Amino acid sequence: MDTRRVSRAVPRVRQVGFFTPNTPAQHPVPTRSQSGPPTSDSPPLSGSPASNSLSPVMIPPARHLSDNLGGRTAALPVPRHGNAGDHAIVGSYNPSESVLWLESPTRSRIGDEEFSEGTDWYRRSNSAKFSSSLPSGGFNLSPVKQPGSVAALEAKNPLPEKSEAQKEQASNSKPLKAKTTKAERRALQESQRAVKASSKAEANKSSTPGGAASSKPMKQPQQKKDGPPVASSVAASERIGVDRPVEKERKKDLPPPRMQFDDVSRVGKAKRRSVLNQPEARNRVELFRHLPPHKNGSQLPYLESKFFELHEMHPAVYKVGLQYLTGDLSGGNARCIAMLQAFREAIRDYYTPPEKTLNRDLTSKIGGFVSFLIECRPLSMSMGNAIRFLKSRIARLPLTLSESEAKATLCSDIDRFINEKIVLADKVIVRHAATKIRDGDVLLTYGSSCVVEMILLYAHELGKRFLVVVVDSRPMLEGQKLLRRLVAKGLSCTYTQLNAISYVMHEVTQVFLGASSIFSNGTVYSRVGTASVAMVAHAFGVPVLVCCEAYKFHERVQLDSICFNELGDPDAISKVAGRVDLNYLDNLTDKQKESLQLLNLKYDATPSDYISVIVTDYGMIPPTSVPVIVREYRKEYLLI
Amino acid sequence: MWWRSASFILDGQQHQNDGVAPNPESALLSSPSMADSALNPKSNVSAYYQTRAAHHAVITSDWLAQAQAATDDGDSLGSEAQIGGKGEGSGKAFSVIDEFNNWRKQPDLAEAVAAIRALAAAIRKSEATTMMELEIELKKASDSLKSWDATSISLTAGCDLFMRYVTRTSALEYEDFNSAKSRLIERAEKFGEISCKARRIIAMLSQDFIFDGCTILVHGFSRVVLEVMKTAAENKKLFRVLCTKGRPDRTGLRFSNELAKLDVPVKLLIDSAVAYTMDEVDMVFFGADGVVESGGIINMMGTFQIALVAHSMNKPVYVAAESYKFARHYLLNQKDMAPALRPIDFGVPIPSKVEVETSGRDYTPPQYLTLLFTDLGVPTPSVISDELIQLYL
Repeated sequence: MDTRRVSRAVPRVRQVGFFTPNTPAQHPVPTRSQSGPPTSDSPPLSGSPASNSLSPVMIPPARHLSDNLGGRTAALPVPRHGNAGDHAIVGSYNPSESVLWLESPTRSRIGDEEFSEGTDWYRRSNSAKFSSSLPSGGFNLSPVKQPGSVAALEAKNPLPEKSEAQKEQASNSKPLKAKTTKAERRALQESQRAVKASSKAEANKSSTPGGAASSKPMKQPQQKKDGPPVASSVAASERIGVDRPVEKERKKDLPPPRMQFDDVSRVGKAKRRSVLNQPEARNRVELFRHLPPHKNGSQLPYLESKFFELHEMHPAVYKVGLQYLTGDLSGGNARCIAMLQAFREAIRDYYTPPEKTLNRDLTSKIGGFVSFLIECRPLSMSMGNAIRFLKSRIARLPLTLSESEAKATLCSDIDRFINEKIVLADKVIVRHAATKIRDGDVLLTYGSSCVVEMILLYAHELGKRFLVVVVDSRPMLEGQKLLRRLVAKGLSCTYTQLNAISYVMHEVTQVFLGASSIFSNGTVYSRVGTASVAMVAHAFGVPVLVCCEAYKFHERVQLDSICFNELGDPDAISKVAGRVDLNYLDNLTDKQKESLQLLNLKYDATPSDYISVIVTDYGMIPPTSVPVIVREYRKEYLLI
Repeated sequence: MWWRSASFILDGQQHQNDGVAPNPESALLSSPSMADSALNPKSNVSAYYQTRAAHHAVITSDWLAQAQAATDDGDSLGSEAQIGGKGEGSGKAFSVIDEFNNWRKQPDLAEAVAAIRALAAAIRKSEATTMMELEIELKKASDSLKSWDATSISLTAGCDLFMRYVTRTSALEYEDFNSAKSRLIERAEKFGEISCKARRIIAMLSQDFIFDGCTILVHGFSRVVLEVMKTAAENKKLFRVLCTKGRPDRTGLRFSNELAKLDVPVKLLIDSAVAYTMDEVDMVFFGADGVVESGGIINMMGTFQIALVAHSMNKPVYVAAESYKFARHYLLNQKDMAPALRPIDFGVPIPSKVEVETSGRDYTPPQYLTLLFTDLGVPTPSVISDELIQLYL
């Protein structure tokens, strides 16, 4: 974790390089800073025409960055456009900055300290503070001004400010005029950010860090949008402040980064706006700390008690969320269908609030539902795809539609998605896969996949004579449920545990597996244990058929099961239900508990080498063709 | 019913078994299951291999003519019965299979192209009055062709492709029937032409891969590979070819004959000498009966093991196959396809208790192939599925 911190701090070091052209000795490793994306959008950098005289470390800020930001912020409510013009004239020397700096009470102390270290330090703290401390400042509007400290600072301030300006002007041989447009944009953007931040700060003031839950829902949509983090510690806020532009830029073309749960500040933020009590992660395995900790059903009463506080949550969504939490709903398709049906209910009961448009408001509403569901249990890829579908449908609704029409369209879209992408797709898969089952086959399956179950039942109905080996593993023991249903239908089955896989494998002719998701490189993401089954099958030369609906395909590439996974209840593997004699892990002392780390992963990634064929609703394809399906049909179903 | 019309060769064999010049293939059959092959052709010998045998095995042209004469009436009888409902009102019944057999006789025409020509003829002769009717008729014709020889991958693939190519057009709905029909015929003709040109394109594409002084190992008799060699020889490339003998129908012998005519240095190997000579080989060239969705190929028996040897000795394996051989099959292992049986002569009588493996082809998985030369370009095996998905979905 510490190493991560260091790497995140890199942009801050870079700032030094940017702002002290005259002291190259202080530059950090230049190559590193060059490889990084342009971080700073603070005015002196971009506006400064002195850039041509700078050392090679200097990267001219990406033009599009400011352009895009300008475009973006323009969409937000901007009450202070007038100011932008003022700033524009001054070019690189931006008075707004100094004003801010003065007005920022929290920052002033640090500024003081850093003066002694030289102008570059001053600059850095200034720019870093700029993004994070703006909230409290917010130009002259700000209600949180603290006159006392401002006055105290004002006395000190002019000096460095001036010297800085002089320096810049001295090194600046070019006319300012050429740069005014950029400066303009920059200033505009800053003012907008300031406004946004100040409003945030106000909101923050009203709620203590302890986090009154009641005020959270109101803030939620705002905070999700990369707003300036409200950090309690100066160091953290500084770091994030510098980081933010990078993230912002990245966000444009990439899907939002997954929450990394070993990132303390982000986790803190998430915790404050979360509905559930985040269990304190104790003794998690180091390698998997970035994954969301397991939330068990013990939170149910707590969540139930909060039902009336969550005004925005539709009961249907709430119900599905609780079912996720307790584990009553499991299985990729079942979860996805339940979620979509809940959304359909919610849309049916939805009314656009006055002065809002359906497209935007409903999207944010769905976003709220989704984040609630994520809190109950991390989403699967398939659900992510379904949500993406729904959101694109909402976004594409013609504005001319009346509200009731729009709602009816959306509901029918959801129904169609469920029907075409899941129900019908399963039927097609069953048809395809059944052609590969012949008399006398021995089919092995692992865990409980509903598609595989349908295939086996269908083949049985067709009168094919085959044997089934159900392989299962602790702690889920899902195979037993499957086994019960298969035996009830009269199939002849063998049940064994994963430990015996290599023993049974040489009698097997085909392996049928389900999948939670399939990635672009053909990696199959499925219930933990699937990879070992596939590998053993590969070693024995047994063909492995993975049955998966095409809506579960994902364009991401994943190479291991570490980056993205889900943690299960650690207690589930330390205790065996019904076995009182297996109590070796009970009654450990606190010290022993310290050194014990339990890892219960829920999924794993099977490399495509071990997979013979993927049976999907577009036919049987080799794992190398997953990107083809994603390319050809993703667009289509987003458009339907 | 179908087997009466099945193959002129078989009938020819029957005809010859009575007396004059016995075909060595059938005369030397000694396993009991083979003995009655003449009576029930389908169960023992794949029609696909019969055609190939007729085209480039030991059979002479006058023998062909003779065989043809003997089977002509049988053919029409069978096919008339088969597609009886088709030409109802009209006096002369048109049969795709007749047409197909006619085209098939041309030794240079691939089976799939013959099928395409036959289907085009079916459109031309059709008396349907609506588009739907025509489509249904065409579908029936292609189904009957496909069921005529279920073991032939390229026939099935050719029919499927033709159906896609001809019927997948949005313009059809907006025209009146006659112009739509003529457009269909036009497309059919064009498709036939493209298929014929495919071999030339492949030959051109492959020239970059044959360099002076290289040694090429060839297995089986593939017209595409022959075309490749011919073009290379015309381009004054200096290369050497090693031919496997190609048991049981000695296709390698014939191939080496053809190459000798082109003055290309050729060396014949017995099939079991492949690993022995692999170290002096620079590349391996195969044709293909069919290319399946995984990117693997179905080809004459022995291809798989040669590919394995080449793979383990790091020699590139190239496959020359026209795009009409791409089939939407997915094979999981060798036994996953319908076996295409063909007679094998061992030269000595085999005791009746001994079983004989008579399957004529095997499946080579994609990981053992380096590149495919197709008329669409030179893709890696994994691109085949991409093409097929775009074609059929």
